[in-house]
Amino acid sequence: MKKVFKFPIIISALFSVIAGTAIAETKIGMITTLSGGGAGLGVDVRDGFMLAINQSGRSDIKVIIEDDQRKPDVAVKLADKMVQSEKVDILTGIIWSNLAMAVVPSVTAQGKFYLSPNAGPSALAGKGCHENYFNVAWQNDNLYEAAGAYANSAGVGNSFVLAPNYPAGKDAIVGYKRTFKGDIAGELYTKLGQTDYAAEIAQIRASGAENVFFFLPGGMGISFLKQYAASGVDIPLTGPAFSFDQGILQAVGAAALGVVNTSQWNKDLDNATNKAFVKSFQDAYGRLPSLYASQGFDTANLVISALEKSDVKNAGAFRDALRAADFESTRGDFSFASNQHPIQSIYARQVIQEGDVFTNKVLSMVLENHSNAYVDDCKM
Amino acid sequence: MSFVLIAEQILNGLQFGIMLFLMSAGLTLIFGVMGLINLAHGSLYMIGAFVAATVASATGSFILALAAALSAGALAGAIVEMTIIRKLYNRDHLDQVLATFALILIFSEGTRWVFGSFPLYLDAPLYLQGAIKLPGGIQYPLYRITLILFGLVIGVGLGLLITKTRLGVQIRAGENDREMVSALGVNISKLYTFVFALGAALAGLAGALVGAIQSVEVGMGEPVLILAFVVIVIGGIGSIKGALIGSILVGLTDTLGGIFLPKFFSLFMELATATNVGSSIASMSIYILMSIVLVWRPTGLFGQKV
Repeated sequence: MKKVFKFPIIISALFSVIAGTAIAETKIGMITTLSGGGAGLGVDVRDGFMLAINQSGRSDIKVIIEDDQRKPDVAVKLADKMVQSEKVDILTGIIWSNLAMAVVPSVTAQGKFYLSPNAGPSALAGKGCHENYFNVAWQNDNLYEAAGAYANSAGVGNSFVLAPNYPAGKDAIVGYKRTFKGDIAGELYTKLGQTDYAAEIAQIRASGAENVFFFLPGGMGISFLKQYAASGVDIPLTGPAFSFDQGILQAVGAAALGVVNTSQWNKDLDNATNKAFVKSFQDAYGRLPSLYASQGFDTANLVISALEKSDVKNAGAFRDALRAADFESTRGDFSFASNQHPIQSIYARQVIQEGDVFTNKVLSMVLENHSNAYVDDCKM
Repeated sequence: MSFVLIAEQILNGLQFGIMLFLMSAGLTLIFGVMGLINLAHGSLYMIGAFVAATVASATGSFILALAAALSAGALAGAIVEMTIIRKLYNRDHLDQVLATFALILIFSEGTRWVFGSFPLYLDAPLYLQGAIKLPGGIQYPLYRITLILFGLVIGVGLGLLITKTRLGVQIRAGENDREMVSALGVNISKLYTFVFALGAALAGLAGALVGAIQSVEVGMGEPVLILAFVVIVIGGIGSIKGALIGSILVGLTDTLGGIFLPKFFSLFMELATATNVGSSIASMSIYILMSIVLVWRPTGLFGQKV
């Protein structure tokens, strides 16, 4: 019996050791989509992020991961919980622009850092920019601007444009038109979450356009691509990488072969960091990484690089360390514009088949060291 | 706006309607016969699609995949009816809604747990791929034509089952007076399990057929479920004929509204506003249709008079 009584002492001693290290710990709260329809994207961001944390070997970084179910109200509640009861220093993880708009302004106003691994709404890049908000992926318009530039270089005279009727869909069309010099043969806004595109495809067929630019993320893109391939319409498609990422391509299958899409990252980008990332991601999770995984990985490496220079509690120095972007990105050259969004090159890539696996290969660089259109609107 | 485009859109509306019919036929039977609001009907649709995708990728046969989806739907339906739904018949509608909503969450996360977070691949078989030329120069995907014909065959088959067979007599009798039916020696709980499994099997089949042209992912059933409820309200609860007519009406209204309303508004508005206003009103169009039908016939087109 005497032995048993010693256990509480040992346990409390252990606790004090743990509590002792907890003081120097950096807490990162990750709010991302891990259930429901869009879960594939959140899972990839999380896996890429955790891969980098694990590779750094730093045990003083604690990551708290929560599922927002793709619902803005859930994301807001989780953010409050992380800021107030978990006392995190840095937040990250949100996939969707509408959720980012609900969470980011309030957490940055409370003095926390927010690093976006995906969503980059224009409102947060322009007038709503904040010194504690960093976007490590792209400003939303970037990939569409690249699609427009690619259409110019391919000599396309007129385009049919298609996007869902919600803010990010409208941003897509605006971004494409910003760089595309030809005419618009037709413009359609579909319902968000629409699954049948037969009616839109009939209009595309009747329009006689030279190419079709579409932005339909997630399941919408899968449905559209399959139905487009079955319809017998042979107008070439182009779009941002979101409908052609590694998680979706296997579900689309041969219907996507040959489609040109624009991305800031691809698995065959020729730099040592990227090669190591692709290999270690495959070893760790048994699948090819997507662009979302690369964004999660880069976000974590940015945090680690800044933590090496400064403690997160010293907000000014930590912010400067983030701004320096002194980390090896999987995309090669990477730096921040004055509104803390990336300056990076964007590529045209094409869907190919490697054995049984559908994937992308880089065709050419479309925009070199591209910034974003909202830099001048941001007064920090 | 050419004849070809209009004809193609009418076919699209028809095909959409026929797919809705497969969903709403089961829903209307379950609601009509057992008085049960089954929100989990969309989950059975999702199960059908996931099982079909798995079987198709394992065996390479689309027919086998459809058979598997049908059986998986029926099996899941029978299990759910016997373990959970049976306890809900005598409860009020709010309890039924809560319990079947819980089933949606369980099925969605269960599916994600078993099949993973990424969408699955399911495509039409090679012999049904590509487009064919119809009279009048209309080019239309072969698979969708097959869907329309297949759905009509099932509709006729269900109609015959309800009107011409002994089982159909029992089902119709069950709708009218369940105490009397069971007093006459019909095993009502077996009948309920059968009707529920039949509805679930049709939902599973619809999921597999639609999965081949759309994306097979968690949560694919819920948007269709809402439309299916609109259909059975328009058609009249419990009526297979009403479900068929209602589905085609909703399919045509939704498809044609989405195309012609923006065009109509662009006659007197600038393009961007017209697209905006047009698409907004188009998304409301089926609900407007529903209200008009309900004002005219409060129990739906083929509903029983109260």
